[in-house]
Amino acid sequence: MTIFERSKKGRRAYSFPEYDVPEVDLKIPEHLMRSEKAELPEVYEVDVVRHYTELEAKNYSVDRGFYPLGSCTMKYNPKLNEDMSALFRWLHPYQPEETIQGALKLMYELKEMLMEITGTDDMTLVPSAGAHGELTGMLIIRAYHLDRKDYKRSKVIVPDSAHGTNPASAAMAGFKVVELKSSDEGLVDLKELEKELDETTAAIMLTNPNTLGYFERDILKIAEMAHEAGALLYYDGANLNAIMGRARPGDMGFDVVHLNLHKTFSTPHGMGGPGSGPIGVKEELREFLPVPVVRKDGDRYYLDYDLPKSIGMVRSFYGNFGVLVKAYTYILTMGRDGLKMASDMAVLNANYLKKLLSEFYPIAYDKDGKRACMHEFVADGTKLLKETGVKTLDVAKALLDRGFHAPTVYFPLIVHEALMIEPTETESKETLEAFANALKEIVEEAKKNPQSLKEAPKNTPVRRLDEATASRKPIVKWSRK
Amino acid sequence: MKKYTKTHEWVEVIEGNKVKVGISDHAQDQLGDIVYIELPEVGSEFKKGDTLTTIESVKSAEDIYAPVSGKVTAANEELSDHPEIINEDAEGKGWIVEMEMSDPSELNDLMTKEEYEKFLEEEEG
Amino acid sequence: MKKYTYIPHTEEDIKEMLATIGAKSIDDLFVDVPKTISPESLKIPESKDELTVRSIVESLAKKNRFLNEMRVFMGAGIYYRYIPAVVYHMASKPNFVTAYTPYQAEVSQGTLQALFEYQTMISELTGMEVTNASMYDGASALAEAMLMTVRVSKKKKVLMAANIHPEYVRTTKTYVTPQDIEVVMVDYDKETGQIDLEDLKKKLDDTVGGVAVQYPNFFGIVEDLKAIKEVLPEKTMFVVAADPIALALLEPPGKFGADIVVGEGQALGNFPSLGGPGFGFFSTSMKHVRMMPGRLIGQTRDVDGKTGYVMILQTREQHIRRSKATSNICSNHAHNAVMAAIYMSTMGKEGVVEVARRSANTAHYLAKALQEKGFKLTFKGPFLFEFVFDAGEDYEKKWKDMVEKGILGPLPMERFFEDMKGKALAATTEMIKKEDIDALLEAIA
Repeated sequence: MTIFERSKKGRRAYSFPEYDVPEVDLKIPEHLMRSEKAELPEVYEVDVVRHYTELEAKNYSVDRGFYPLGSCTMKYNPKLNEDMSALFRWLHPYQPEETIQGALKLMYELKEMLMEITGTDDMTLVPSAGAHGELTGMLIIRAYHLDRKDYKRSKVIVPDSAHGTNPASAAMAGFKVVELKSSDEGLVDLKELEKELDETTAAIMLTNPNTLGYFERDILKIAEMAHEAGALLYYDGANLNAIMGRARPGDMGFDVVHLNLHKTFSTPHGMGGPGSGPIGVKEELREFLPVPVVRKDGDRYYLDYDLPKSIGMVRSFYGNFGVLVKAYTYILTMGRDGLKMASDMAVLNANYLKKLLSEFYPIAYDKDGKRACMHEFVADGTKLLKETGVKTLDVAKALLDRGFHAPTVYFPLIVHEALMIEPTETESKETLEAFANALKEIVEEAKKNPQSLKEAPKNTPVRRLDEATASRKPIVKWSRK
Repeated sequence: MKKYTKTHEWVEVIEGNKVKVGISDHAQDQLGDIVYIELPEVGSEFKKGDTLTTIESVKSAEDIYAPVSGKVTAANEELSDHPEIINEDAEGKGWIVEMEMSDPSELNDLMTKEEYEKFLEEEEG
Repeated sequence: MKKYTYIPHTEEDIKEMLATIGAKSIDDLFVDVPKTISPESLKIPESKDELTVRSIVESLAKKNRFLNEMRVFMGAGIYYRYIPAVVYHMASKPNFVTAYTPYQAEVSQGTLQALFEYQTMISELTGMEVTNASMYDGASALAEAMLMTVRVSKKKKVLMAANIHPEYVRTTKTYVTPQDIEVVMVDYDKETGQIDLEDLKKKLDDTVGGVAVQYPNFFGIVEDLKAIKEVLPEKTMFVVAADPIALALLEPPGKFGADIVVGEGQALGNFPSLGGPGFGFFSTSMKHVRMMPGRLIGQTRDVDGKTGYVMILQTREQHIRRSKATSNICSNHAHNAVMAAIYMSTMGKEGVVEVARRSANTAHYLAKALQEKGFKLTFKGPFLFEFVFDAGEDYEKKWKDMVEKGILGPLPMERFFEDMKGKALAATTEMIKKEDIDALLEAIA
């Protein structure tokens, strides 16, 4: 039932104090005043509680169980972070700077720590999400080339294994996108790269480790090639959880680095957002950062708008501050040692699970099941599909029936029946084993009774939904029949 | 008689230089449930290999290329409301446009049904 | 081995797992990674216990002055409004907070239905046919709206009223310039504070794809959308950035023929939080839905015929269309949008009107009182709950001193407009009582 169907005229869930300000004529022209009230629900407080409690119960979440979405880093979201963020709720962005010194100090210290983790020289905390950070990063790169009067650089190289946001962000920043075919090891093919790199290349965007879960071991060579051609190297931070505290993108030759605080630094995903996507840059790109940048002058913290070559603003105010508090709390808790431990255990978990699965499920770009992956890996359902007719989609749905969230499916695009699995460090050996057993059971079921998998899920609040009709004849809001 | 492209369009001469164009049954099967097709404007001209239009299923969007050069003389308006017709009958009622060919000799470069089927087998590998 | 509360591995676990994998050590798994630093050299403090972290963060929190300890007369895009307890209690439920994007619809019906209801409520407020599942904020939503006008119209020039929130204008310029789109500013009438219709007419020609105004505008003045729409050629896209609480009282832009309505949604039950995260809303007509950025939820049925919800028209998005997508947006502000939906459910049809009415009446009372004290209003146009007045040359200092008296006073406008020295933007919400106004009047005199 929708909240609108719970509604009954005359009910209310709000109360107001007595209003003691004398009535004054608003003097707004009649035709600009609403002729009919907006049809919002009329419910009482218990309705609100029951409705949202009912909805919430229909969701799967990290708090509920294993959520191995590849490249999404669904690690546990510590409760302390939420409490600490709540301390800072009631701040207005335009308060005098003297009255928000604590908040600014937190932002400054977070920025310093993230710069240290990424090996960059300056950073903006403003972007609201990974893709927003990518756009910001690409605009910085554009501004850099233009500032050097290097007008030919119109092209950005993106591997075919990249997240969709990479080509989309590059295009939004006005670049032409060239897709680079991966090598038969699933890595950047240096020969192909050499062919594409020229005086029109503005940047190469890389995710490292890449979306197959493999580390670009030629990264130092790639950086050298890019820089020799006059191009910059962009780091998509979606997979930083594999190397955090052990290796730094800045040291590998990346010029621009984005972070997903909602992945690597444990801030919750909130059904799809808010996230936070800070951008770290090397010295020569500092002056192009979006404003404002948080800085320190003696003991005083301030917002610096005085960057004449800045790309401008990429959103209002200073970014998703509430999210920044959570990431800051997380880094303080984990510390230098804990961040490294997190990466170590994330990679150990992925390799352990990969090993368990490789007994009965082929792993992409890993014929003998012995190649070390980083924090994630891609299982390939092509063989299963050929032998049993069971698609990766069916496997995903069958996992839901067994109490797990499905991995990312059909991505990266270069593996046709991909199941992209990222366990994260916050899952135990026992959980990984239970997941592997569930998947094994599904593969066995596929061989015996494929039809039952095509009917999955059966134990969920709804079963498979008609997506085709939903897109052909969109119903995008509730209306009284 | 229909002729096919490597990008899975078909073309069939109706009379003279007039042809119907659509996507192959194999292509609709690969796409899955088609939810939308943007119809090209009547009167617009295309060179062979140009993007004629885009077709969308639930989770993919694919370009459809002009199999021959020419001018669009009619579009299958019924597809606007019922794109699923392409799933039901891709090589019949699911035609997409009618075109006036500017160079009928281009037909010679396309595959016959038998050749196309063989091509699909090879592609499957 | 040091223990971490978020990491379960025992020494025994690690040994067994390495043995299964066939690796000698953890370092073995990192062979491909260049050793450019020693992990010990990183200048990050060592890990800490929860109590210690709590006290560090709490001590930072103490170095701020919070809105709920002050009389707040500042708005300019972020508003100090009351958030009923039930709103954040419901929004804080773990399966809302710790769920991901609803890619597996069968186990995400809570998210999908809550967002579907959100879309319905915002469409009611904006008077539009369709609303997406949220954007980052009001500024980026407006920027995306202007990009959309270019996609729809295929024309590469847009007009923006100079009385739109300056940060929204700056953001839009950042977004559109790389795609060679020209932004031309339209003056505002110095007397009314509304858009200058003559200047608009002068700048309108057939190269203009879209025109944006704010409703109420940055000065708090209510634009006459009817008069503006009458000036626009039929095919020119009409974009309105609106305040959602104002829309409870004002005729919705959809009624005046707006093509896109966007805005900052923070005022709907979200915390000010130093400006983020709030959320952006984005509404348009079904005719243009395929050109819209962002996620969209639709209603459908499952195989048993049961009503359910899914993400629809995904082919617009980056994960499918890649470089040809309508936008690069992926993560949005879903949690903030759901919080807004809970707020709108709680306040309901009558409550949002009451919030808007009180805010507006209080502003008008304050304006009157200021005028009686000799302060002049800067503009004559109709206003709702914000207005600009001449606070005097020395106002900026006064403004800072007022904090000591527990007043967060009207915002000095010089921050945004060089020619507005001494002018201030006052805002009132339902939180302001008569005694707060008396205190402000005393402090500002």
